[in-house]
Amino acid sequence: MDSIRSPRKDDEPVAVRQPLTDTPQRRAMLGKLKRRPSVKASLIALLVITLTGLCLPFLAQQDPYDLTAFSVMDNRLPPMSESFDGMVFWLGTDGQGRDMLSAILYGMRISLLVGLVSTALALIIGVSVGLVAAVLGGRIEAMLMRLVDFVLGFPSILVALVLLAMIGRGVDKVILAIVMVQWANYARIMRSSALSERRKEYVEAAHNLGFGTGRVMFRHIMPNSLSAVLVLATVQIASAITLEATLSFLGVGVPVTEPSLGLLVANGFDYLMSGAYWISFYPGIALLILIFSLNLVGDRLRTALDPKRS
Amino acid sequence: MMDSQQTAAGRTEVTSVPEDPILSMRNLSRVFTRQPVLAETLLKLLGRTPDIPKLRAVRSVDLSVRRGEVLGLVGESGCGKSTLGRMMAGILPASQGALAYEGAEVAGLRGTALRDFTLGVQMVFQDPYSSLNPRQRVASILAEPLKVHRPDLSRAEIHARVDAALAEVGLDVSYRDRFPHQFSGGQRQRIGIARALIVEPRFLVCDEPIAALDVSIQAQVINLFLDLRRKHNLTYLFISHDLSVVRHMADRVAIMYLGEIVELAPTAELFADPKHPYTRTLLEQIPSVRNRKRSFSAVKGELPSPLAPPPGCPFHPRCPAAMPQCSVEVPQKRQIAPGRTVSCHLYDKDQIST
Repeated sequence: MDSIRSPRKDDEPVAVRQPLTDTPQRRAMLGKLKRRPSVKASLIALLVITLTGLCLPFLAQQDPYDLTAFSVMDNRLPPMSESFDGMVFWLGTDGQGRDMLSAILYGMRISLLVGLVSTALALIIGVSVGLVAAVLGGRIEAMLMRLVDFVLGFPSILVALVLLAMIGRGVDKVILAIVMVQWANYARIMRSSALSERRKEYVEAAHNLGFGTGRVMFRHIMPNSLSAVLVLATVQIASAITLEATLSFLGVGVPVTEPSLGLLVANGFDYLMSGAYWISFYPGIALLILIFSLNLVGDRLRTALDPKRS
Repeated sequence: MMDSQQTAAGRTEVTSVPEDPILSMRNLSRVFTRQPVLAETLLKLLGRTPDIPKLRAVRSVDLSVRRGEVLGLVGESGCGKSTLGRMMAGILPASQGALAYEGAEVAGLRGTALRDFTLGVQMVFQDPYSSLNPRQRVASILAEPLKVHRPDLSRAEIHARVDAALAEVGLDVSYRDRFPHQFSGGQRQRIGIARALIVEPRFLVCDEPIAALDVSIQAQVINLFLDLRRKHNLTYLFISHDLSVVRHMADRVAIMYLGEIVELAPTAELFADPKHPYTRTLLEQIPSVRNRKRSFSAVKGELPSPLAPPPGCPFHPRCPAAMPQCSVEVPQKRQIAPGRTVSCHLYDKDQIST
């Protein structure tokens, strides 16, 4: 056997080193994301929405939250009409004389903010709970997972309604309500992928090297089981926005003075029968575009991240 | 090695502990079972015992590993080799029995002593593809144990140690910033060995470390194991189902069947004169150039289910030398020569007695 001792042939590197941010795989993934025209359009739409949201005060011709900036004289003007001081209402005005275009732009910003913040918070809570349940097991796992079942067992809209009825209106409270109903989704997914990671040999090796449970959990198991949860999160942003719009439409979401898309739709609802369709219609279209783009991108991301389907 | 066995010639006790064991097991067993489901818990409350199947992966193993030796552990897949190895490395707790490291019971170890055992007994895993964290770079894999256990080391010292560990297992130092997926199986196994060695263990449990490698690379890794053993005075438990590898590496060989050690002997003696019928069947199947053996017959039948082991001797349904007694009575472990034990009714009268 000693005669076989030869210069090691397996020393040749298998792959040439690539900087992490620009691997061919990653470039291919982005390429895959961009290729389909519908996804391309969604990406552009999201980009435009985000950019307008960031530099809104310069773009919007009116501050829809400033009640002194508009006049009741302008109420319910149809699209393309002009105000008495020469301003053009591209998408018309609502019942208080608010410029619909400005209101929609501000409303989108609220929607996006609520979606992103609530998803991020729910993600953090859900991932921690799922990870702890999977790693510690036993009674703790049973208790946490029964809690998850409990939360998922209720219709989310009902829980959010009851919660908001108790604590009142406000953007922060809406975010809290959405987090309360959504963290359980992440916890369940995280637990199952952490359970399968936990049995791999590198985790055994980490225990064998005397690492503490916390280190094994957060440095070894978590990074390897996050991908499924992250894909879910992209889709959940859209559902968080939908939930916010629904709550606002039902009158328990954001305050009337800071209308979000859902509240704008609700406000216009009263005038629908009298022919002022634009007050509900255009915010509805904006909501549709926002959610549709988020869903398409999230769905495509899932396909792109799955090596078996690429 | 042989000398120590010769001096033990007069010894009579079957479970005599050889001199200077680094790790010794007494009656070590491991049972796998599932959690009772809700209905079964309720049954228990009503006073009835539900029938939850118990898998006895390792059944009452007495074994001592001597300091500095290579102990080969051989058996079919599913016989409990890996479970025994994991218990020895402290990854799996034992269901019954005791494990002693450097003379002290592992179950009673706390604090520094427990850490000494954990780090002193390291494991090299079978599958080089799942035994490395895919999201850690090589340098981070090797540096992490030092960062955790040696806070006194500076970053430069850790850096130097990682480089030394890479060089030691024959990997280029420039590989430190790569991820595991950028390596071949043989290189990954070298990283796994470096990770085990960086905490300066005394005892290495090698769980089929070459089974997943290409044949051309197996020899290189085996030679690496032998080099490292010389350099660091390591003791190995070398789990394998490849008898020729075990013959090349091991000082003593333990043959395992259905969770039990059925034969234990010095390597040369075992290969020259296998006693247990199971060992004989295994040895007959080694391909050889000399006798130009062309036809091979697998061991008859399959490994019985460890959930329902056969009564009597666990090997009797497949044994060519089975006697009526074998299906009734469990054979006891007997010492039939100095340093050799076997559990088989064929040798009932051969036991060395006082």
